[in-house]
Amino acid sequence: MSAASLGALTRAYPRVGAFLATFPVPRPDEIGLDAWLDGLGEETLADLGMTRPQILDHVRRLQQEDRQAGPEPVRAVTILGGRDKLGRAEAVELTIRAGEIVCIVGPTGSGKSRLLADIECLAQGDTPTGRRILINDAPPPPGSRFAPERKLVAQLSQTMNFVVDLTVAEFVAMHASCRQVADADAVAERVIATANALTGETFAPTVSVTQLSGGQTRALMIADAALLSASPVVLIDEIENAGVDRRRALDLLVAEDKIVLISTHDPLLALRGGRRLVIRHGGIAEIITTSAAERANLLALERVDAGLMDIRERLRRGERIDDALEPWK
Amino acid sequence: MARPRLVTVAGSPSVGKTSVILRVLDLLAAEGQKVGVAKFDSLSTEDDAAYARRGIPVSVGLSGGLCPDHFFVTNIEACLEWGQRQGLDLLVSESAGLCNRCSPHIEGVLAVCVVDALAGIHTPKKIGPMLRLADLVVITKGDIVSQAEREVYAYNVRLANPRAPVVFCNGITGQGATEVAFHLRAAEDTGGLEGRRLRFSMPSAVCPYCVGETAIGETHHRGNVKTMRFEDQR
Repeated sequence: MSAASLGALTRAYPRVGAFLATFPVPRPDEIGLDAWLDGLGEETLADLGMTRPQILDHVRRLQQEDRQAGPEPVRAVTILGGRDKLGRAEAVELTIRAGEIVCIVGPTGSGKSRLLADIECLAQGDTPTGRRILINDAPPPPGSRFAPERKLVAQLSQTMNFVVDLTVAEFVAMHASCRQVADADAVAERVIATANALTGETFAPTVSVTQLSGGQTRALMIADAALLSASPVVLIDEIENAGVDRRRALDLLVAEDKIVLISTHDPLLALRGGRRLVIRHGGIAEIITTSAAERANLLALERVDAGLMDIRERLRRGERIDDALEPWK
Repeated sequence: MARPRLVTVAGSPSVGKTSVILRVLDLLAAEGQKVGVAKFDSLSTEDDAAYARRGIPVSVGLSGGLCPDHFFVTNIEACLEWGQRQGLDLLVSESAGLCNRCSPHIEGVLAVCVVDALAGIHTPKKIGPMLRLADLVVITKGDIVSQAEREVYAYNVRLANPRAPVVFCNGITGQGATEVAFHLRAAEDTGGLEGRRLRFSMPSAVCPYCVGETAIGETHHRGNVKTMRFEDQR
């Protein structure tokens, strides 16, 4: 490590480059790491807020991270039941596979968040519910549990917003480069095009992320989670219906082989899942498989929804809605 | 009576340290651990009331006109002795990193840094030893920013500290508190602090302003003084 020039080192290890770039001191490409540290002197190091061994240890660990191959793809998540808030056994063994949509229903406070938290932290009988989570049909290897590159769950909810002061193109490209994808700008372009296909009102890459409408924001979040997030599980919490094509959004996540969990009572979403979990008193009380009759009802509901969308569009265009409305068949 | 195990929790003001600690200590107390808090602040705090309401023993130290971290390090032993008198199993010290250069973490004592996802994705680059040398990084307020920003933020935290596990914890709902508790349970026996070392030196300056000078002007610049460099445009 000490032999390579800083230029070569930071090219080979992008994380090391990004870390060293946070130090506000000149960093000539042609000298080695040791020589550079020698040249800084004690006082400058004190100003930087790290000792020489601490910097070397950081660099070594970041090199390791850059060398590491990505984690094994997650093909299935299994929930082994624990107990509910009343201490009753939760007789559940549920496996959710990549590309599957499972919905979660139950009143506020019933334990939906706890279930999602159990999945997120790969519970091993050590959370209040006593549940255990298997990945690809086996317990996760020790040490992988809290590894940051292993964040299992990407979360999307109504309360989330973009807060960063960047344009859509700048921010998505930044996310792409953190994910170390080869052509960040091309990937960003694809994410933005996909988001625009999900929303009625398209937006330009040059608009600031904080200026997007609610629908545009959700659309960009979903496209980004599908195409750029490392997390194999996508959790959607009560997403609003305005402005996002929910069917296309779910199709996109499924096509990217995500495991999709949706906490919702929106019939269009809840009936789209293959199964839905009924949560009661902190436990999974029932697993309902969406029946053929429910699927048929979903089609009817989608027609109603399309009819409402149509009226919304007409209102947007300034039309009057005084014609006799036909029930949507 | 054995000394309590110590955990240092540090983070900039208003990131949500108290909320996270409350959530985590609730879990540990439910397991039968006797837990307490030493709360450090500068001018005033009302967080002691929040702890007291949960029945968590708390002692408060206000640094007033002193550098909060210097105040911390000169009082932390006494805090541990207080915790011992209260019969605590675990003592959490909570201190605000006011200048981002603060470093309350001690060798051999579990060190937690709390950072705020709302503070902006570049914030992790701006925090010094408090973040870089922590054993566990807790990110708060992740529930109100986008997943994409959380991922960029966590990546930047990782660059600043490749040693520590990173946990997202929602101080309001408690999501993530189980993971934080998992790490706190692993805190080693602290024993005494006498002779232990800080992980990094504290920010220091010995100059007339440290001892009350208020007048501005070069004649007052004595002692440890550092001057800015400027680049003028032509």
